[in-house]
Amino acid sequence: MKNLTTVLASGAMALGLATGAMAQDDPLQVGFVFVGSINDMGWNTGHYHGLEAVQEHFGDAVETTFVENVPEGADAERVLTQMALSGADLIFTTSFGYMDATNNVAERFPNVMFEHGTGYRRDHPNVSTYSARFYEGRAVMGHIAGHMTESNIIGYIASYPIPEVIRGINSAYLHASEVNPDVEFRVVWAFTWMDPTVETEAAQALIDQGADIIMQHTDTTAPLAVAAEAGAYGFGQASDMIQFAPAPRLSAIIDDWGPYYIARTQAVMDGTWESGDTWDGIGPGMVGIGEMTDAIPEDVRASAQAMVEAIAAGEYHPFTGPINMQDGSAWLAEGETADDGTLAGMDFYVEGVTGEIPN
Amino acid sequence: MFKLEKRPSPSKPWILATPILAVVMTMLAGGLMFAVLGKNPFEAIRIIFYDPLFNAQFASYSRPQLLVKAGPLILIAIGLSLGFRAGIWNIGAEGQYIMGAIAGATFGLAFYPTESPLIFPGMVIAGALGGWAWAMIPAILRTVFRTNEILVSLLLVYVAEKFLASAAVGFLRNPEGSGFPGSRQLNRIDAMSNPELFANTGMHWGVVMAFISVIAAYILLNKHLLGYQIKLAGQAPRAAKFAGVNPSRLIILCLGVSGALAGLAGLFEVSGPAGQISIDFNVGYGFTAIIVAFLGRLHPVGILLAGLLMALTYIGGELAQLMLGIPASAIQAFQGMLLFFLLALDVLSNYRIRMKKGEATA
Repeated sequence: MKNLTTVLASGAMALGLATGAMAQDDPLQVGFVFVGSINDMGWNTGHYHGLEAVQEHFGDAVETTFVENVPEGADAERVLTQMALSGADLIFTTSFGYMDATNNVAERFPNVMFEHGTGYRRDHPNVSTYSARFYEGRAVMGHIAGHMTESNIIGYIASYPIPEVIRGINSAYLHASEVNPDVEFRVVWAFTWMDPTVETEAAQALIDQGADIIMQHTDTTAPLAVAAEAGAYGFGQASDMIQFAPAPRLSAIIDDWGPYYIARTQAVMDGTWESGDTWDGIGPGMVGIGEMTDAIPEDVRASAQAMVEAIAAGEYHPFTGPINMQDGSAWLAEGETADDGTLAGMDFYVEGVTGEIPN
Repeated sequence: MFKLEKRPSPSKPWILATPILAVVMTMLAGGLMFAVLGKNPFEAIRIIFYDPLFNAQFASYSRPQLLVKAGPLILIAIGLSLGFRAGIWNIGAEGQYIMGAIAGATFGLAFYPTESPLIFPGMVIAGALGGWAWAMIPAILRTVFRTNEILVSLLLVYVAEKFLASAAVGFLRNPEGSGFPGSRQLNRIDAMSNPELFANTGMHWGVVMAFISVIAAYILLNKHLLGYQIKLAGQAPRAAKFAGVNPSRLIILCLGVSGALAGLAGLFEVSGPAGQISIDFNVGYGFTAIIVAFLGRLHPVGILLAGLLMALTYIGGELAQLMLGIPASAIQAFQGMLLFFLLALDVLSNYRIRMKKGEATA
C-alpha cells in the first residue's frame, strides 16, 4: 500500500514537473491573418514568406498559425478574436482594411501583441503599425524606365487613389524625368489590387497608347505577360516575378517582411516589445530590389545600383527638392527632403505628371 | 439494372431527408479530402461542426457570432426564395446589398454630426430603397424589353462594386481619415450605429429583421393569395396566367422585395458588424445566400436552418484553418460539396429508383 502511494505520488510529481517544464518550453504562438490566398504570388505570398522566415529562424521555439482569405470588417474581427482565444501571443494583421478589427480586438486582449501592416492607428499599447517605403524601390524602377523607354511614354497601372499609390507614381515620375525630361506618364486606375483581367486590359490599353514600359502597382503577373507579347518592358511587383526575366521583367520591387517579423517575434520573447510605428525601406531590407537583368545597359544598371546603395545608406532621399506640385506651386525647396507626415498623406501629383487623381 | 422513375409529385419524406443526408455525405467526402491533405478528418469535422458551438475555449464567443454571420444570409435568402419559387432569378443580390449599404450610409452621413433618433430609421428606409431601386433595373428591363433578369442582375453586381470603390475613395471618404479610403465609422456614431442589442448574443437589428422576414415569408406563402400566386407561377406558368396572375406584376414584386431585403442586409451590416463603407465592404453574402436559399429548399424555416448551418461552416472553417492549417480553398470546396450533394440527392425526391429485371447488360 505504501509502495502504491509512493508510486502514485512520484508519478504525480513527475507529471507536475513535466507540465511545468512544458509550460516553460511552450512555444511562442505567432498568428498571421491574410486578406487573400497565400498562393497569390503577390502581396499575400510576400507576407507568407515572412511567416516562413519566422518559423525557420526560431524553429521549435515558435509555433506559427495563419488564416487566409479573411475579408476585412466583421470577419476579420472574428478571426482575430478566435486567434487570440486560441492562445496567440503575437498577431500580424497584414492588410490595411484590418485597422479597425485589429484595434478593437487588441482592446479586449491586452496581453496579446498586435502588429498591423500599412495602418496608422495605434489605439492601445499592444498595437504597433508597420509599413514599407515602397517609393524608394519605385524611384529605382523609375530611373531604369526613364533610360529604357524609346517612345518616351511610360504606362502606369495604379490600383486605388490612396497616398501609398500616389507616392509611388510621383517617385517613379521624378526619377524617370530626371534622366529623360521628355518622358510622359500615362496612369490607368484599375480600382483593384489584383485582377488579371483588369490588369491585362489596362496594360493593353497603355501599350495601344504608345507606352513601351509598363509599371504596375497591382499584384499579378498579367501586365508582364502583356508586355512580353508586345515587346515592351515591365517590373516585378511585390514578388520577384523572375519567370519573366530577362525581359520583359527588368527588375522588381520585392516586399521582404521576414526581417521585421523575426525582430518583432524576438522582442516578444525577450519581453522588450513596445508599441511603435515602423516605416522601413531598402536600408533595413524591407524593400528589396530584384536582380537587374542584362536587358538593361550596363551603365544604367550601375547608376541604378548606385541609387539603391545611396538610398540604403540614407545618403539620398527620393523626394529631395526642388520639387513643385502639379499646379506649379512650390513644395520642396532646393535640398529639402519630404517629411514622413506629408508622404504618409500624399494626395497630390508632382509637377509634370499629367491627369487628375480620381476621387 | 437501376431505373429512375419520375414520381407524380416530389416525395415529402425525401425532401426532408435529403438535406440531412447531404450534410452526412459532405462530412464523409470532406473527411476524405482532409485525410488526403494529411489532416485528421475526425478532428477537422469536429472543429468545423462541434467546436464553434461547444468548445469551452471558443464557444462563448463563436456561438453569438453564428447569428452575426447567418443574419444577412437569411435575410437575403428569404427575399431570393420568393422569386426563385416563381421562376424569377435574381442573381444580383450582392449588388443590391452594396447599393443598400451605400444608400443608407449616405443618408446617415449627410446629417453628420447631427445626433437625432430619427437618423437610424431613415437609414433603414434608405437602405431598403437603395436595394429595391437597384433590383428595379433588371425588373423593368425584363418586363418592358424582355431582357434576361439573370444576366442583368448579375452584371449589375460588378457595376455596384465599382460604385462602391468610388464611394469609398470619393464622396463617402472620411475627411479625417488621412487620405485613406473608407467612410467614417458608422458604428461609432450613436445616431447611425446598429449595435449589439443584448451583450454577447450577437443579436442586432439585422438579425431581428431576418427572423421577422422568416415569419412574414411563412405567412405570405401559406396564408396569402400572393403566396399562392408565386407558387403557381413557378409550378405552372400557363395555369397561373389563366388564374389571373399578372406575370409583370409578379416580376416587379419579387425582384423588388428581394432587392429591398438585400439592401436592408447591407445597411444593417455597414452600420453594425462591418462598421463602414470600404472598398471591399461586400464579402459575398449575396451569392452565398443563393446557396442558402436552395439548401433551405426555398422554405422559410429551411432557410433559417440553412443560414445557421452555412454560418457554422464559415466559423468552423476558420477554426480549422487556425488549428489544423487546412487551406481556405479546402474549406470552400467543403462548402461547395454541401450544395453539390444536396442537388444531386434531389433526384431521390423527384424520382423513384427501381430495379430493372433481365436487361442487365453492361
